[in-house]
Amino acid sequence: MRKKGIAAGSLERRRGGSLVNLVLVILCLVWIVPAFGVLVTSFRDSRDIFSSGWWTVFPHRAWIKTGEVKVDPKLDLDGEISIEGKSASFAEWREGVQVSPERRLQWYGNKRTLTLVAQERKWVGFGVNLTLDNYKGVLTGGEVQYKNGNGDTITRQGNNFADAVLNSLAVAIPSTLIPILIAAFAAYAFAWMEFPGRKTLFVIVVALLVVPLQIALIPVLRDFTKLGLNGQFLAMWLAHTGFGLPLAVYLLFNYISQLPRDIFESAFLDGATPFTMFVRLVIPLSMPALASFAIFQFLWVWNDYLVALIFLGDRNRVVTSALAAMVGEKGQDWHYLTSGAFLSMILPLLVFFSLQRYFVRGLMAGSVKG
Amino acid sequence: MSGQQGRISRYFGLVALLALTVFFLYGGFAFLRAWHGSKIVIVLLAVVWGIGSVGLLYTVLNAMAETLPRRARSIALPAVFAGPALVLLFWFLVLPTLRTLWLSFFDESSLKFVFLENYRFAFSDRIMLEAFRNNLIWMVFGTAFCVGLGLIIAVLADRSRFEQVYKAIIFMPMAISFVGAGVIWKFIYAYKGEGVGLEEIGLLNAIVVALGGRAQAWLLYPGWNNFLLIAIMVWLQTGYAMVILSSAIKGIPAEMIEAARIDGATEFQVFFRIIIPAIRGSIVTVTTTIVIFSLKLFDIVRVMTGGNYGTNVIANEFYLEQFTYGNTGRASSIAIVLLVAVIPVMFYNLRQFSERKAFK
Repeated sequence: MRKKGIAAGSLERRRGGSLVNLVLVILCLVWIVPAFGVLVTSFRDSRDIFSSGWWTVFPHRAWIKTGEVKVDPKLDLDGEISIEGKSASFAEWREGVQVSPERRLQWYGNKRTLTLVAQERKWVGFGVNLTLDNYKGVLTGGEVQYKNGNGDTITRQGNNFADAVLNSLAVAIPSTLIPILIAAFAAYAFAWMEFPGRKTLFVIVVALLVVPLQIALIPVLRDFTKLGLNGQFLAMWLAHTGFGLPLAVYLLFNYISQLPRDIFESAFLDGATPFTMFVRLVIPLSMPALASFAIFQFLWVWNDYLVALIFLGDRNRVVTSALAAMVGEKGQDWHYLTSGAFLSMILPLLVFFSLQRYFVRGLMAGSVKG
Repeated sequence: MSGQQGRISRYFGLVALLALTVFFLYGGFAFLRAWHGSKIVIVLLAVVWGIGSVGLLYTVLNAMAETLPRRARSIALPAVFAGPALVLLFWFLVLPTLRTLWLSFFDESSLKFVFLENYRFAFSDRIMLEAFRNNLIWMVFGTAFCVGLGLIIAVLADRSRFEQVYKAIIFMPMAISFVGAGVIWKFIYAYKGEGVGLEEIGLLNAIVVALGGRAQAWLLYPGWNNFLLIAIMVWLQTGYAMVILSSAIKGIPAEMIEAARIDGATEFQVFFRIIIPAIRGSIVTVTTTIVIFSLKLFDIVRVMTGGNYGTNVIANEFYLEQFTYGNTGRASSIAIVLLVAVIPVMFYNLRQFSERKAFK
């Protein structure tokens, strides 16, 4: 951290000009536009989504059809065609010709139609057609209907995102709290208890920090199959606990071992057992570290796809696997994909922005993990 | 003697309690598996049961350990505290590593010993070589863009009044799943095809068309599509690099930078001669983390292309071998290759750890 007195003076000098801000604003726009587009799309009518880009919801000038112009059948269509004072070849009329700054004519269909579509440049995008139907459709497990770009009605099986959100909660909450509890107990033992093999065992924990979890998937899957755990929440809790423990123990050890020795000694003299010390002293004092890891683990578990794909399968789909399944089955149904994607993000974004401070702290402490 | 008797009866009480706990654990599991009621109720029950069981187990085991005589207790208590974590680590990481190594020497049925045959496949098969090449592209370009952009943003934001706003925006994708990010970017790359009056709804194609180009099916271009996927990782992970590097930059003593400026150093010299060397440690950490991340990368490729069109990566090939082709031996050998690739980092971590002397 900078020293206050000097910082005040140097900050003035180090303040960048508008160029710095311009670069940052451009970068931030690049970062925010992709997510924003999905958010806007998720509220648009399905017909609109298929026929125009999401950016058209904003006021802009566009060519709007205002009428039709019939062509004199006696005109020679093979040479230059003169209409409303402009002459151009058929191919050019086919592409559209601007006859005045505010008016454009475009040949409709083939030569025999003898019809031109008249378009005028107008401001559009003020009355936006927003709807919650996409969200309704994606949340339900029953049949859903929507209109595609041509106005045809299409019937699909819903993706039951409501169930997926509940499943995700059932997976993520215990998969966050259980490893914290187990790791806190272990971190306390490593920090403040004497037992044989203490140091060796902790070195193993540090070594396990970067082990890719692919290494464990096949054997653990075999164990779970033997135990009949596949597709059960318990399998996910166990797996996420096992895979999350090295980081949890490591982070919490770093914190708990730094707690002042005196408090343990005086508590011991008052006759406190290790268990009461753990519950009454270690847990309350370690709250910042516990919170850091909790957010870290919650985001990791909620956003995990690989572990859920392998141990949960299609039963009890969580949001990530439901979304991925949707990409596979309905890759062009953007109205459902975008609303599903946004649904899957709401909770982690809320957790993230309300507890960002703790998350950053956990990130700093845990950046040895791969 | 009554003290002794009291202890014994208490002990029996605790054993009964343990039996009850086990019953609660298994009963809850069996109940949840068999019951088909309202989803919300199941979820609530599962959460309460899961977390409650763990708390109960520790309480009961601790109470039992505390009744032991002093000598036995000094072993039993650490066993109760650290034991569950160690058992789980052993079951989920240590043992599986050995078992995967063992499986990697067998054929797809895990019955016939083939020794190094799977590794010969892993290092010579055309698809594996393509996956290695792609992972290398991910590791080099993905990491370079993440760290480079993260560093630039950290330095620039440090000079702006709106630092917190910029950083929060760049950091935001960290909260989004790879699958969610996949959908977001698939929509950017969306392609509708040729046709009269078709309006592209994908942002990239709309921009290309507006600039006078032609719409493309971007993800189908071998070679280039890897970079379009890498863009997703950069979008997701730059925030991480930025946050770590930003806090390292704030840790540089202001006097150091001031002194250089007074000596007439330009801003570029300050950046390259003072800031970069001062935060070298953080740059190494961030780079290693993102390199490991891109080595294990799976979700983005899985969701965007499924590994087709020349975008396959090692972790996806692992998944395909095991869960699509059912070849456990090959999948295991790929997992071992991944493990071997991170072993240098493992040793680096261990060395750092022993140098810190955190362990008394």
